[in-house]
Amino acid sequence: MKRKILITLSYLLLFSLALSFIYPFLWMVSATFKPEIEIQSPNLIPSAFSVDSYRAVFNKIPIGRAFINSVFVSVCVTFSVLVLSSIVGYALSHLKFRGRELIFSIMLFTMMIPFQVTLIPMYVLMVKFGWVNTYMALIFPALISVFGIYLFKQYFQSIPHDLIEAARLDGYHELFIIFRIVWPNSVPAIVTVGILTFMNIWNDVLWPIIVIRTRNLMTMPQMVTLFATGGQAEAQIGTILASATMLALPVVIMYLFFQRHFIESMATTGLKE
Amino acid sequence: MISHDEKYGWILASPYIVFFLIISAFPILFSAVLIFMRWNMLSPMTFIGMQNFITLFQDPLFWKSLINTGLFLGIHIPLQIGLALLISALLNNPSLKGKSVFRSAFFLPVVISGVVVTILWKQLYSTETGLLNSMLLSFGVQKVPWLTNTKIAMPAIALMATWKNLGLYVVMLLAGLQNIPRSLYEAAGIDGAGKISQFFHITVPMINPILIMVIVLSTIGGFSLFIEPYIMTGGGPLNSTLSVNLYIYQQAFSFYKMGYAATLGITMAAIIFAVVTLERKLFERNY
Repeated sequence: MKRKILITLSYLLLFSLALSFIYPFLWMVSATFKPEIEIQSPNLIPSAFSVDSYRAVFNKIPIGRAFINSVFVSVCVTFSVLVLSSIVGYALSHLKFRGRELIFSIMLFTMMIPFQVTLIPMYVLMVKFGWVNTYMALIFPALISVFGIYLFKQYFQSIPHDLIEAARLDGYHELFIIFRIVWPNSVPAIVTVGILTFMNIWNDVLWPIIVIRTRNLMTMPQMVTLFATGGQAEAQIGTILASATMLALPVVIMYLFFQRHFIESMATTGLKE
Repeated sequence: MISHDEKYGWILASPYIVFFLIISAFPILFSAVLIFMRWNMLSPMTFIGMQNFITLFQDPLFWKSLINTGLFLGIHIPLQIGLALLISALLNNPSLKGKSVFRSAFFLPVVISGVVVTILWKQLYSTETGLLNSMLLSFGVQKVPWLTNTKIAMPAIALMATWKNLGLYVVMLLAGLQNIPRSLYEAAGIDGAGKISQFFHITVPMINPILIMVIVLSTIGGFSLFIEPYIMTGGGPLNSTLSVNLYIYQQAFSFYKMGYAATLGITMAAIIFAVVTLERKLFERNY
């Protein structure tokens, strides 16, 4: 009896907590389809269905362009991080060379340095390279990930070295070995690094705000931030929420499909955006 | 004759070496120079010795932003750990069904951009029209000036940040709880230990490493608080939500005081390092 009460209470508590996590998002999405006067109501079903808020977003800011920018930058970065980090991770796990331990120690050291230290010099570097207001400023600093190298190195160590030796005896090149032999055996690591990299770069906003000033090159989070804080939305809440909904959508769709991978990737590494 | 491993090791590691020189080594060294300089990026740098640090010590806004960030952490971390422990303990009940549904729900804000979450909560917090206040009103509670009162604004941001990150820590703690052998509890039960005593003598010590990780990660995350006050309050009212990062951003990119901003950055790094070390000393246990 006591046990039954306890479990019912657990369900009640968990259910109301879960509701407080889901409901605000549902309210946000429904608010974007409501006429402006109805937005403040907690009801989730609009009395009249309207897409005016979305139309207003498209009229006021180049959100489509921002979406394309974000996709381009995120795809380039994710691809490059997967390729370059796994190459380095392979070198650190399956090749014995002088300096390997030193490189690994340097990596661990740089992981501990807060970004506040490198932020200003990185901006200066972008200015000197002439990359401010170009895609290069968004892509270059993220081309390789120390965390990705670390994760790949750990994972690749579990792949038997004999497998790699055998491929070498068959005359295969190291790059062939990495992408045709190591990769197919490392799908979980690739998924983890891929998801975390994509999510981080998609959601990143501080760096774009610093290096991009022209509207046509802004990524989605930056564009939406500017829209919400500047006067352009004319305090129309529905319109601001519509732009936020569009920003959330791609990651939410990915989350719905790869939920388990998202949760496992982030829980094992403890990384969030 | 260079061996195969020796040759390919360096070739394949070279992307990182190049990257390290440009992205880590140069910025760190350059920061170490900048802290002794006055520089607005237009005129040449001037060496000013320790002047940046003297300015920093006497800068009321820096101290204000540091205290604000401390207040944020002081609310955010205990609240987060308390709630995450509670939820993960509830979810760890073997006779509970629908675990993964709850887990997915708590995890949703973790994957969504901080920009979206902040824009959403800015509406929820709105004094006159926000959902939170209309809910409070319907319970007969007075309206709360969430973002317009200097005493409430930062706690309100800390509450939102907790809501955003909680799911991650629930999942991490849950994984830790599931690794505790049932037999430990059974043995303790036979010895007559109550549920609460079991929680503090078995559960907490067993998940100590994960708790430390949660504390350290949320400390580092908390010190990089930026976009939330940037969107929600712009640092106001009366600088009550000015975080250190927001302040660095303003000094560097609104006033172009590059030397001073670099000094703030290095000082923050030292403070983060000290706080994390202190936390480990205080909470890390070798059972």
